[in-house]
Amino acid sequence: MTQTRRPRLHVPEPPARPGQTPSFAHVPLSPAGAVACPPVDVSPEDTKDFASRLIRVLDDEGRAVGSWADFLGASEGDVLRRGLRDMMTTRFLDQRMLLAHRQGKTTNYAASTGEEAITCGFQRMLSPGDMNFPTYRQSGLLVSAGFPLTNFMGLQFGNDLDPLEGKNLPPMHSSKAHGFFTVSGNLATQYVQAVGWAMASAIDGNDRVAAAWIGDGATAEGDFHSALLYASVYRPPVVLNITNNQWAISSFVGIAGGHVPFATRAHGYGLASLRVDGNDFLAVLAVSKWAIARARQGYGPVLIEWVTYRAAAHSTSDDPSVYRPKEEAAAWPLGDPIERLKRHLIAAGEWSEERHEQARVEIEEEVLSAQKEAESRGTMIGGGGGTAPLSAMFEGVYKEMPEHLRRQRQKAGI
Amino acid sequence: MPIDVLMPALSPTMEKGNLAKWLKAEGDRIKPGDVIAEIETDKATMEVEAVDEGVLAKILVPAGTADVSVNARIAVIASDGEDASSVSTAGGASLPGAADASAAAASPKAEPAPVSAPQTQQALAAAAYDASSEVPAGAEMVVMTMREALRDAMAEEMRRDGDVFVMGEEVAEYQGAYKVTQGLLQEFGPKRVIDTPITEHGFAGVGVGAALAGLKPVVEFMTFNFAMQAIDQIINSAAKTLYMSGGQMGCSIVFRGPNGAAARVAAQHSQDYSAWYSQIPGLLVIAPSNAADAKGLLKAAIRNPNPVVFLENEILYGQSAPVPKHDDFVLPIGKARIARPGKDVTIVSFSIGMTYALKAAEELAKDGVDAEVIDLRTIRPMDIETVVASVQKTGRCVTVEEGWPQSGVGSEISAQIMERAFDWLDAPVVRVTGKDVPMPYAANLEKLALPSVAEVVQAVRSVTYR
Repeated sequence: MTQTRRPRLHVPEPPARPGQTPSFAHVPLSPAGAVACPPVDVSPEDTKDFASRLIRVLDDEGRAVGSWADFLGASEGDVLRRGLRDMMTTRFLDQRMLLAHRQGKTTNYAASTGEEAITCGFQRMLSPGDMNFPTYRQSGLLVSAGFPLTNFMGLQFGNDLDPLEGKNLPPMHSSKAHGFFTVSGNLATQYVQAVGWAMASAIDGNDRVAAAWIGDGATAEGDFHSALLYASVYRPPVVLNITNNQWAISSFVGIAGGHVPFATRAHGYGLASLRVDGNDFLAVLAVSKWAIARARQGYGPVLIEWVTYRAAAHSTSDDPSVYRPKEEAAAWPLGDPIERLKRHLIAAGEWSEERHEQARVEIEEEVLSAQKEAESRGTMIGGGGGTAPLSAMFEGVYKEMPEHLRRQRQKAGI
Repeated sequence: MPIDVLMPALSPTMEKGNLAKWLKAEGDRIKPGDVIAEIETDKATMEVEAVDEGVLAKILVPAGTADVSVNARIAVIASDGEDASSVSTAGGASLPGAADASAAAASPKAEPAPVSAPQTQQALAAAAYDASSEVPAGAEMVVMTMREALRDAMAEEMRRDGDVFVMGEEVAEYQGAYKVTQGLLQEFGPKRVIDTPITEHGFAGVGVGAALAGLKPVVEFMTFNFAMQAIDQIINSAAKTLYMSGGQMGCSIVFRGPNGAAARVAAQHSQDYSAWYSQIPGLLVIAPSNAADAKGLLKAAIRNPNPVVFLENEILYGQSAPVPKHDDFVLPIGKARIARPGKDVTIVSFSIGMTYALKAAEELAKDGVDAEVIDLRTIRPMDIETVVASVQKTGRCVTVEEGWPQSGVGSEISAQIMERAFDWLDAPVVRVTGKDVPMPYAANLEKLALPSVAEVVQAVRSVTYR
């Protein structure tokens, strides 16, 4: 028998490279309101259909439709306006930090432009004592938790406003009081730690919920799969979030195995999963409320794929124009989360163009005034602000400073 | 041995400063970290902290003295058991950066150090740790295996503290791959003795998460060979998160399991990780050689708020020794033990290396060589004081470990001795280590790849020129 076929290496390619017409034909969509809201104690088996459909609440006219809107209930205008404000603050903060990087005031930043609804919406539904295990592209979690902007910038500028005392790479923040676990630069370690943290909640018998966060690219790490396995075996109160923003630096989702929706990863582990329009603030609120309630009431974990688009570059050291069409962000079918929530609020009579403009001015003033204060304490220009406290360098290596470190500190003269 | 307090430097370039004031008086008790004095230059002021514990025996430089040279003796601390009034106060502030008279007097072999001696060669006499009072008074001694001692340590701590739990592969139903968790499931139930899926990276990460939430996990690795895939969680997360979070989020966790070569398990199952983990700031690394130390140190590790890597040894699991029967038999982390006092040569080892070291010392005694054998017990932080004090007595040192030679524990000891006791050395430090090859399988090759009693004896002969 003669052999007619030979194995050939398949290297996935995105639908469009620079100069070509952007296409998102490979992203499965569903109309707003088309995917029904199951009970919070739904069995994982009964969520299988959700993984390749898309939960959406806001329709093209900005109306909230379907059973997820009903589950969310009449959300007070204040919650939505707060969300809009948090998203606008996050976006402007991101812009300012990117600019500060170009000015040499900070060394590294990762903007979440286009992804703000996920962080600002999810955080609204958490309670004090819950803990996010975030990635470095989630400034919205901190903004919406009320983390002071001056402290945020203190870390960026490496000065004495940094609560981490100049010890961690920006933008890798940490704030226990704001439910924001220390960001790790080694991708995905936090994902399985969140599961362990939630297991501790269950062992303790308290009702604190952990929220694990990961990007589409890092789902390739072993930690992701370990986390799903442990979540499925011990069923702790954890919400397993994937922010699928379509790009891992220059690698499109296909390189991470995204030709099947990431939400389907849960099926092999017997975990419940949902796939959600991450640019729809109301869908984010509704699904977050559902998932956190499910975890808190002991019905088990849920994996959520938030479908969004990374409109910004990967980080300050990345130029996306070399690997994807410039027009791709505009072609993204799920639109801009701020514009969509604004349209909804105006349609509902809760907002207006004038109020929006007024809010924009206020927010910009707030961020700029915080930046002015933060910059007055030193930036990274010329090799570093140099106002991080020297005495802190030897602290926090161990709970109490051991003798050899005390000696080293004295030898260094600090 | 009295301890000198030296004039510290405010900066690497500072040569002299003023002693502004004393915050402790002669006769005051001092703990590490206590601020005892304030010094100043025209640019800044700084607090002088005590590093050692004891009684402020003598102030050598009065408050208000200007232009005190960096590294001049400014005070003397008497350690416990010493008569504070009789400590030597010779030397004083006039010897900047040089050997002091009392330290030189402690070693008949020492030459006076040159005035420009580098800081690393300060000929300061070291004080050995005294382990003789570690066993609680009146404690009944029970002979048991190291395996049983480790189990008892975990069981006692689990009874004492509801936050302590054990997790790992085969720790519950099977009672541990090496039966170290024998009986724990029966006593504490499946929520505190947790069987995990086979993914070291996974359960190390889960353990770190649980520790960050305030529980105290004891994570058992079936062997440390398998913990290589978990090393990212151990080093990048467990060891560093307290620091990276500016002190907000610490991790009280013990990673334990057998380390090093067992027998006939070849290249991938015979590796000694002592040196690997010992390099990492934020970790504590313990490697006991006998049942009593194993129990006292594991209890200390579980109570410690920092991440601890606890390296056991499969061959030592079955060896028996008397162990104090006492719930509060908790040993200090970071203190070595003089396992055999001697005067001619110092042999330093830990874990199973102690087997070779002690047997070699016995053989050498027959030939009239009186070896002092030090069991490090903790690799990080290392009790180099006790080693240096011994070398200041013997003038010679041999290190013994099963791990590889390059950048090994012996290399570190050798470097520290060179920095701290160079003037006392009568011969180079010699390292006895595993051969620089992956562990072979065949019994004859395996035997050759590991250190032997004969190699230790030979090393001692080479440094004692006998």
